[in-house]
Amino acid sequence: MTDTVKKTSALSTLNGKSRSNKWEFALVIAISLISLFVLFTTSLAVGRYSIPFDYTLKILFSKIFFIEKVWGDIQEAVVFNLRLPRSTAAVLIGAALSLSGATYQSIFKNPLVSPDLLGVSGGACVGAAIAILMSAGSTIIQLGAFAGGLIAVGITVSIPTLIRNTSTIILVLSGIVISSLMSSIISIIKFVADTDTQLAEITYWLMGSFASISFIQMLPVLPTIIIPVVIILLMRYRLNVLSLGDMEAKSLGINLGYTRGIFILCSTLITAGCVSLSGTIGWVGLVIPHTARMIIGADNKRMLPVTMIFGGIFMLAIDILSRTITSAELRLGILTGIIGAPFFLFILFKQKEQLK
Amino acid sequence: MILEAKNLSFSYQKSRTIFNNVSFRIDAGEILTILGTNGAGKSTLLNCIANMYKPDSGEILLNGKRMSDMDISDVAKLIGYVPQLNSPAYGYSVLEYVVMGRTPYIGAFSTPGAEDYQIANESIEKMDIMHLRDKPYTQISGGEQQQVQIARSLAQQTKIILLDEPTAHLDYGNQFRVVEMIRNLAKEGYSMIMTTHNPEHAFILTGKVAILNRDGMLCVGCAEDTLDAGTLSELYALSIKTKYDADAKRKICIVC
Repeated sequence: MTDTVKKTSALSTLNGKSRSNKWEFALVIAISLISLFVLFTTSLAVGRYSIPFDYTLKILFSKIFFIEKVWGDIQEAVVFNLRLPRSTAAVLIGAALSLSGATYQSIFKNPLVSPDLLGVSGGACVGAAIAILMSAGSTIIQLGAFAGGLIAVGITVSIPTLIRNTSTIILVLSGIVISSLMSSIISIIKFVADTDTQLAEITYWLMGSFASISFIQMLPVLPTIIIPVVIILLMRYRLNVLSLGDMEAKSLGINLGYTRGIFILCSTLITAGCVSLSGTIGWVGLVIPHTARMIIGADNKRMLPVTMIFGGIFMLAIDILSRTITSAELRLGILTGIIGAPFFLFILFKQKEQLK
Repeated sequence: MILEAKNLSFSYQKSRTIFNNVSFRIDAGEILTILGTNGAGKSTLLNCIANMYKPDSGEILLNGKRMSDMDISDVAKLIGYVPQLNSPAYGYSVLEYVVMGRTPYIGAFSTPGAEDYQIANESIEKMDIMHLRDKPYTQISGGEQQQVQIARSLAQQTKIILLDEPTAHLDYGNQFRVVEMIRNLAKEGYSMIMTTHNPEHAFILTGKVAILNRDGMLCVGCAEDTLDAGTLSELYALSIKTKYDADAKRKICIVC
């Protein structure tokens, strides 16, 4: 093992292999970006009021290039005012939630973790539900959801400090405690809510939807999603090291508390921002990182960009289905569950060798 | 002098003292083998040296500088740590795993570059495990994982390498191959500190030996002189003889 150091071996084949890895990555990115674009255009064309595919493309590009107007004003309005914000939100939220999930899975060294782990979704639901209970408008509901998510995670992360054990396991347990506390509070709110109006609104909110999203509504939330996304992407190599475990990360020179704190803060902002826009959407943050890992490997350097594109594709596909398969629009939470669960089982089946 | 520990003490929750007033030093190319019974605190001591636990009192000097004053990434450029075998949650390839040794040299907003991969590849080559390079770390054997972890430490380009029971979970042959490898690395100038349950390893490594007893005292000396029948018998509560073996050209231990 040591006595013979074979200098003759493989260094020459090295570059060949790493180049093929690079091509593989570029290919996956290219194919998924093309799929995303095709799906995006489709999402603008289909729905209750269907618009020919070529019209959709022309309408979309008429803002950039000069294209002779062959479409009607209604068609243009549907594309720009209704569907474009909705599809943009779907891509953004799908990508961001997947990134947030992948980040949590690395920090907590567990592929079965979702962005809700520390109670952000539960807190956001409570915040939104309280706002609905007070008959507030959509802006206040959005604000309530965002604040609720941050407060819940704030409580979760302060518990380990309070009981003087900052290990990861205590953090996870605190997250479980706070999450279930939040779901109890939601039950209380539902119980006291007006059964004719508020209860239905809360229930629908909990199921998630892109139906009412507008650009105006997205604008204030955008920085709380985009900035953390950029920070996580820039720092993504640290996730590899964190996923090895606390001790090994420290021995490799990582300031554990600080680095983990940044990632938790960023993921929390992303999830709270997304949930405040669309309501809770389960499964994406769990299933999509798995899929990406299966295709491109575990290295976060390559995995995170792929995860984000896949997340956008998945969410867009779910949104298209939600408004085409039935005449009444299905809620996102229903579809992500119905599609996500068997899809996840399929991934587990494919990965049964690797998962132990 | 590369690493010096002065009067280190450590206890958990202020109740049980793990070790007390521990001092030793190690130079470039030296080997320190830490022996002790189960639960004596060998790993705790190693973790203190590795900058993971903070000792209650005392200090560790690295090249004359206090470790507690140093930046954590600067410590990581001097001390490499090979933990006991564990299974990471994700199947990073061996190359991806080894290149993580470059972390202290990579900025927080950066990813490993061509040079880092080059160094990782050289470390893999040095450990003679090129055939494992693209395999998932989670799917190779324990002995191979041990080699990969050492390769990662080499990629870290430190002066000191700490190994926490590097021979645990290894078969008889691999145990001795790992010990041999540690000796070779010391010859190249690395300072090696390892914990082990096998006193024979100390004889093979012919360096310093440190015995951590149940009272938390550490006695340090050269392996030949320190490890006599009396000391070993008392440490392990067994009747142990040591004798020189002409074929092995070193002392061996016999339990009788």
